[in-house]
Amino acid sequence: MTDNVQSVGLPDERPPANTVGPIAWLRSNLFNSWYNAILTILVLALLVSAIPPFVGWLLVNAHGFDSTSTVCRQDAGGACWGFIGEKLRFIMFGMFPWDEQWRPLLTICVFIALLVASCDRRFWKPWFGLVWAAGLTLVAILMWGGVFGLTYVENTLWGGLPLTIILSVIGLAVAFPVSILLALGRRSDMPAVKVLCVTYIELIRGVPLISLLFMASVMLPLFLPNGVSVDKLLRAQIAFIMFAAAYMAEAIRGGLQAIPKGQYEAADGLGLSYWQKMRKIILPQALAIAIPPLVNTFISFFKDTSLVIIIGLYDLLGTAKAALSDPSWRGFYREAYLFIGVIYWIFCFSMSKYSQKLERDLNRGHRR
Amino acid sequence: MSQAMSQGTKPKHTLSGEEIIRCTGVNKWYGEFHVLKNINLNVQKGERIVVCGPSGSGKSTMIRCLNRLEEHQKGTIVIDGIELTNNLKNIELVRREVGMVFQHFNLFPHLTVLENCTLAPIWVRKMPKAEAEERAMSYLTRVRIAEQARKYPGQLSGGQQQRVAIARSLCMSPKVMLFDEPTSALDPEMVKEVLDVMIGLAEDGMTMLCVTHEMGFAKSVADRVIFMDRGEIVEQDTPDEFFSNPKSDRTRLFLSQILNH
Repeated sequence: MTDNVQSVGLPDERPPANTVGPIAWLRSNLFNSWYNAILTILVLALLVSAIPPFVGWLLVNAHGFDSTSTVCRQDAGGACWGFIGEKLRFIMFGMFPWDEQWRPLLTICVFIALLVASCDRRFWKPWFGLVWAAGLTLVAILMWGGVFGLTYVENTLWGGLPLTIILSVIGLAVAFPVSILLALGRRSDMPAVKVLCVTYIELIRGVPLISLLFMASVMLPLFLPNGVSVDKLLRAQIAFIMFAAAYMAEAIRGGLQAIPKGQYEAADGLGLSYWQKMRKIILPQALAIAIPPLVNTFISFFKDTSLVIIIGLYDLLGTAKAALSDPSWRGFYREAYLFIGVIYWIFCFSMSKYSQKLERDLNRGHRR
Repeated sequence: MSQAMSQGTKPKHTLSGEEIIRCTGVNKWYGEFHVLKNINLNVQKGERIVVCGPSGSGKSTMIRCLNRLEEHQKGTIVIDGIELTNNLKNIELVRREVGMVFQHFNLFPHLTVLENCTLAPIWVRKMPKAEAEERAMSYLTRVRIAEQARKYPGQLSGGQQQRVAIARSLCMSPKVMLFDEPTSALDPEMVKEVLDVMIGLAEDGMTMLCVTHEMGFAKSVADRVIFMDRGEIVEQDTPDEFFSNPKSDRTRLFLSQILNH
């Protein structure tokens, strides 16, 4: 019997040297088989050949923000950040009157403040809707003006980053509740509601966004009576909302279908009405499940706002292209696209990171 | 009056004689399949009824019809004076008065135990939050789980979850409690803690309909045992009569199968 009892007090030993440490990590992650070893070496060679020239172009041989196009053209070995230096305000704010450009700048700040505050779950209360309403009113005043001594600025002059943010934030904010209704409608017991929602979703999902934008800008005015005109920006905004709502509705439907039948029955059994059941029981769970596909939609729609260029609106991509059409700066497209690419990336990456944090927070505690 | 009464058997405790559930000629079909056949069932206030029968006999479907989780296609069901029809208002009224405990608990995983219990009183009964929480804590104490009130359901064992589910129903002060195989999904060592809570409820005079295979519970608590098979009520009697002197062959077969293993 006692032979089976381990003697107590054995000292802790270090694991074998070939299973821990950097060498072991390299071996198990990069050189664990002959084809991975080849891949590792190939990738290393690629990085070595690509990174130094890129860094050289980006920084070492680059011309600073105050350089002129003449200097850049004489020595074309590096990036010409003088382009960004000179065109920054045009790219960011489009054709907004030069002396008034603090207004779109403030607009961007208001939006970022609203978005950052909305990320905090403590603000997820009904009264926060009023904060948003106040913020959007402020944005409207800043952009349009015409009151409080601000000069009136037509929205055809809006452009750059504020336009991108307005189109995507307002678009997604309006489309989100609509998409919830569409998703609920698609699962409704009422045949008329269901058919209506399914038809809408399938119709909108079946056409490209570009064609919807064209329809909004070219075809819609044909159907309107003479003298009635709907603002071009508003038409684009509506087209976005319609399109985003259809896509988000399907993401939410996925979440709804993942909720077990027992949750509906328990809510029904307690006497909750349909809307109470949805609001308190089903949607909180369904939306949490739908976060990854929803954020996917958010990110792709943020970028898709750049399609408004085809109907003559100048969003961030539009103003960058317009800046390139200046004869003295023609050809500096690498700098232009890299610059706006970084801006897009910052927004999309923040959304992605936030959604991961939100998923973790919502899952904490109530999952075993 | 119910068959049990007409046969002259006496309930274990005095009943008011006041009727709270009356099912008359209830029929239900799933497509072509006839799941409930001409169900007639009257229940008095304070009566404790155990429904048993082989799986697929329609016992769950029957009690789920009583709060309209399932719709019946023929016959009438009247609960506490309200007839269950397509009228949504009536359905919601009945559901407030009829608590239901499910086999798989069906707690709301995104809410804490306490929030699970206060949700319906606050939103359906429009009770102030403080009062709802106070009542919830008293019921949670009664099912001996008050110390877990701030946890999420996923952090509790099956038996604990089922006790929370019972407390959640009780918070609505229901007049009738329906139990749909409340111990079937539990690990064996947790069955007793749930049955103890149910026995306590029965002693307090709650009207209960319980679909269960716990024959010990039926013997000690039930006023009446209903045996269902193939969608019909085959036999109903006091537990003493039912277990010692079953009338039909189907009942005898069922009892021999569940008692001799």
